[in-house]
Amino acid sequence: MHHPLLNTYQHQRSPIHRLPAAVKLVGATVFVFACLLLPRHGWTAFAVAGVALLLTAALSRIPALQLTRKLLWVEPFALGVALLSLLQTNGFQVFVFTLVKSTLCLFSMVLLSSTTRFSDILHVLWRARAPSLLVTTLALMHRYLFLLTDEIGRMLRARKSRTFSRGRLNVWRSSATVIAHLFVRTSERAERVYAAMCARGWKT
Amino acid sequence: MHIPDGFIDVKTAVATGAIAAVGLGFALSSVRRTLPPRRVPLLGLSAAFVFAAQMLNFPVAGGTSGHLIGAVLTAVLLGPSAAILVMSAVLILQCFMFADGGVTALGANMFNMALVAPVVGYGVYRLVDRIGGAGLRSRLCATAFASWCSTVAASIACAGQLAWSGTVAWGVAFPAMAGTHMLIAVGEALITTLVVAAVTRMRPELLLERSQSSLQARYRELIAYGLLVSLGLVVFVAPFASHWPDGLRKVAANLGFEQRAARASGLSSLLSDYTVPGIRSAELSIVIAGCLGTVMAFVLAYVLARLLTPQRDPGANTKPGGSSPLASSSS
Repeated sequence: MHHPLLNTYQHQRSPIHRLPAAVKLVGATVFVFACLLLPRHGWTAFAVAGVALLLTAALSRIPALQLTRKLLWVEPFALGVALLSLLQTNGFQVFVFTLVKSTLCLFSMVLLSSTTRFSDILHVLWRARAPSLLVTTLALMHRYLFLLTDEIGRMLRARKSRTFSRGRLNVWRSSATVIAHLFVRTSERAERVYAAMCARGWKT
Repeated sequence: MHIPDGFIDVKTAVATGAIAAVGLGFALSSVRRTLPPRRVPLLGLSAAFVFAAQMLNFPVAGGTSGHLIGAVLTAVLLGPSAAILVMSAVLILQCFMFADGGVTALGANMFNMALVAPVVGYGVYRLVDRIGGAGLRSRLCATAFASWCSTVAASIACAGQLAWSGTVAWGVAFPAMAGTHMLIAVGEALITTLVVAAVTRMRPELLLERSQSSLQARYRELIAYGLLVSLGLVVFVAPFASHWPDGLRKVAANLGFEQRAARASGLSSLLSDYTVPGIRSAELSIVIAGCLGTVMAFVLAYVLARLLTPQRDPGANTKPGGSSPLASSSS
């Protein structure tokens, strides 16, 4: 499925891509927490952080257009919450401040996700002794995510080609049936996955 | 409802992170104890399923569209502990892979959508289902009402965290979040109920409770999660709600939150400068609106359940699974 959010990782040869995933993960987290601690009038600090992010982006050799597109894709969520703060006294100051801060954080997370594979992040979690059940769940989720989104796309296409949609309520009903079908198929697939895992020597 | 980075301050991030970590740890240990190894892959695949289902858009009036959140759906289909784990996995992946929901707000998002939503939802579901007599109609009614309650509860927790961080004042955040989510929750309830009804029609055995003992264990789990959720709500919401004419102030005083409430009331007196004069009546109207909304949601849930349940007519048993002759013979 071609979704702007689904192909996040961009393969390039760059110093940022070669860095160990743990360094990038810790670096991004520290950066985001540091942004939180910045005072409300620390505009120079914001400028320094922004320049550092732009340098990292330039080093990673990811096309600027793609980074901008991803940033614009996630920005509306931040904008929606920030608009709420406009409704209070001296709201405009708070609005600008939170928007700048959250844009910096979003930029750093977009950089992280486009230079680091999710499987590498999972590996870091595994070595940091995160609970194995959680890591297994995340790994299986990541592996079957693309398959299931493709499957739901196929089911929707099949439904569209067979039915005339009459009215909004019918669309809701048939979409809900598609979700229910997907759940039934998912639980059947989980049984097969378990059999395959056992056949390959998996132990709890 | 995904809070981005920059909207949550450090104290809220740490507090929510701690509560979410405790809840997730408890869910992990409970799942490890009770879930047979055969069903471990189902957790990961269910998380992928929730993610895929969230991408399916439902048309709402005026060209806008909504989508499923899925907390109550997973709680009804898999149980509360598994739902906490599945929803946490979804949020963690959305945060690190898609930058949807911030890293510092991960604890807050997990508290709202992976702890409050499934726990409140499953609690209401069990309660209504038990009162209703555990038939298909009562299950659907319980599902609808539970999804409505869980979405609204999660949005109130979200408003509390935003207010506690000092980003958006409680007087603005609470009506805005709770008001819009009372409407969004109607959509969530409708989708969840339709999906549960369809799963019951296709594979009723996926919904059956395993045994009485597992149900007992679930009640115990539910009490533990309920305590955790109310601890969080007391910390995030009670300081702001404590000047309301209800019992929350008493709870706060009993639990030793009075000093915190006093500090917070200094803040809220600052806020009251711009709120409407005659704050009492405004609060009272919010309370009345909330009660009316809840009653209306329950009535809607009941009507929906009546519409979706086939009439108990001995001559018409081919109607529900009507498309295939095998469906009626196997049931």
